[in-house]
Amino acid sequence: MPPLTPATPAIPVTPAVPTPPAIRTSGLTRSFPATSGTVEAVRGIDLTVTRGEILGFLGPNGAGKTTTLRMLTTLLAPTGGSATVAGCELAHDPEGVRRKIGYVAQSGGVDPHVTVWEELTTQARLYRLSRAEAAARTRELAAELDLGDLLERKCAALSGGQRRRLDIAMGLAHRPEILFLDEPTTGLDPGSRADLWELVRRLRSERGMTVFLTTHYLDEAEALADRLVIVDKGRIVAQGTAEALKSAYGGSPGATLQDAFIAATGHGAETDTSDASAAATPIAV
Amino acid sequence: MSHLLTDTGIIFGRYLRQTLRSRLALTFGIIQPMLFLIFFGPLLERVDLGGDGSAWQVLIPGLLIQLGLFSSAFAGISILVEKQYGVIERMRVTPVSRLALLLGRVLRDVVQLLVQSLILVLTGVAFGLRAPVLGIVMGFAFVAVVAMSLASLSYALAMRVDSPQAFSPVVNAVNLPVMLLSGLLLPMALAPGWLDALSHFIPLRYIVEAVRAGFVGDYTGGTVILGAGMAAALAVVSMTLGARLFRRAGA
Repeated sequence: MPPLTPATPAIPVTPAVPTPPAIRTSGLTRSFPATSGTVEAVRGIDLTVTRGEILGFLGPNGAGKTTTLRMLTTLLAPTGGSATVAGCELAHDPEGVRRKIGYVAQSGGVDPHVTVWEELTTQARLYRLSRAEAAARTRELAAELDLGDLLERKCAALSGGQRRRLDIAMGLAHRPEILFLDEPTTGLDPGSRADLWELVRRLRSERGMTVFLTTHYLDEAEALADRLVIVDKGRIVAQGTAEALKSAYGGSPGATLQDAFIAATGHGAETDTSDASAAATPIAV
Repeated sequence: MSHLLTDTGIIFGRYLRQTLRSRLALTFGIIQPMLFLIFFGPLLERVDLGGDGSAWQVLIPGLLIQLGLFSSAFAGISILVEKQYGVIERMRVTPVSRLALLLGRVLRDVVQLLVQSLILVLTGVAFGLRAPVLGIVMGFAFVAVVAMSLASLSYALAMRVDSPQAFSPVVNAVNLPVMLLSGLLLPMALAPGWLDALSHFIPLRYIVEAVRAGFVGDYTGGTVILGAGMAAALAVVSMTLGARLFRRAGA
């Protein structure tokens, strides 16, 4: 009997074959040479992100968030462990990973002297779309992300919220399976922030996109993410839904995510607790 | 291979448009050799430079290589600016060929330099330069190879350092001695023995001598062959090293 293909689901298959995870890492490690030996920025991260999940990746400054993100997006080679991203092995097929992921860095990635149109079409071309396809995709993205009237503007002339929408459009140029967002709402006004949250939710509900999100804002993590992973000193110290973390680490029924965060990272004890607990969001630890 | 060519074309197009947007930078780049041409060239007209041809046939090949040396060695500055904008990382997360990211930029630099070289030579003609067209074209080819080599190294260096403060001193520390020891302004035939001997360690010396030979109509002599060999060796070493560093940066 020929194997069933997704195009001809004649017989329902039960139990359903579990879909491979969007991201799976095993002992992912990165150390950097330093004057006094080596610094271990990430010390063996084991992580699974299911397809269509919005994962919030949290941690204090220097916890290893960005290093992990840079490894998963092929910008930095791991010094140990392994990872599979969008079905491609990071170590052996980084180009395969690149074809399937979108990455939006915290500071964006556009040249302020270039027009929105040129940045978007060039980005699409770098993903091997033909000239005509790149132009069509740019119009599509502009319509979706409300950039239609701004295409001829230079990137420098955009507002913070418009710029952020452009950054995300750049990351979506090739319809990626997984979108990596590094601190996506830092520096945005409340209105733009709400718009961005709505956009991320839409990407998941309408396209089933997996979103890997790092953030400093606990309210953002709680509002957007299905599951949170808290890292500290290069290791995962807690993970679960916001509710589960609050009940496991918060200590009392009315505990907030911030209480859980401080309990999990121990930063309430190590650093100036008055700073950490007094700060609303973003937390400053 | 087809990806490499297409990707190189896309990157080349992007940076060519950048150059066309900044005509001011293009103009300023050529001011220094023009100043030498206008204010230094006339001093040489009555001096015996010890070779064939006029002072212009000696000076202008030197100025061409000097233009190539300085504009290409500083090409990496643009990478430092783009790093701050996040453009470099954004591109490195796409499947674009790593080599194309380098080649597209280098190709733009070569085209830009050839336009500047043409302007320099035409101005030289107005001042009194007379040289065979074939020799001038040969000179342009040498300038293109020097530009490719040095720009590759410059981009690779820029990928490794974080700021213009770390980049410029290194480039200056190399460029000035290379310029003085290559005999770009005056031929090394005028130098005392020790200086002449020292300059033999600088590949650009052979290249500038080959361009000078071309400017007086010698296309097949030993000077040209030696210069071509040096240029090819410089290109192979620099491009290999540049491509390797460019590919690995950040990893």
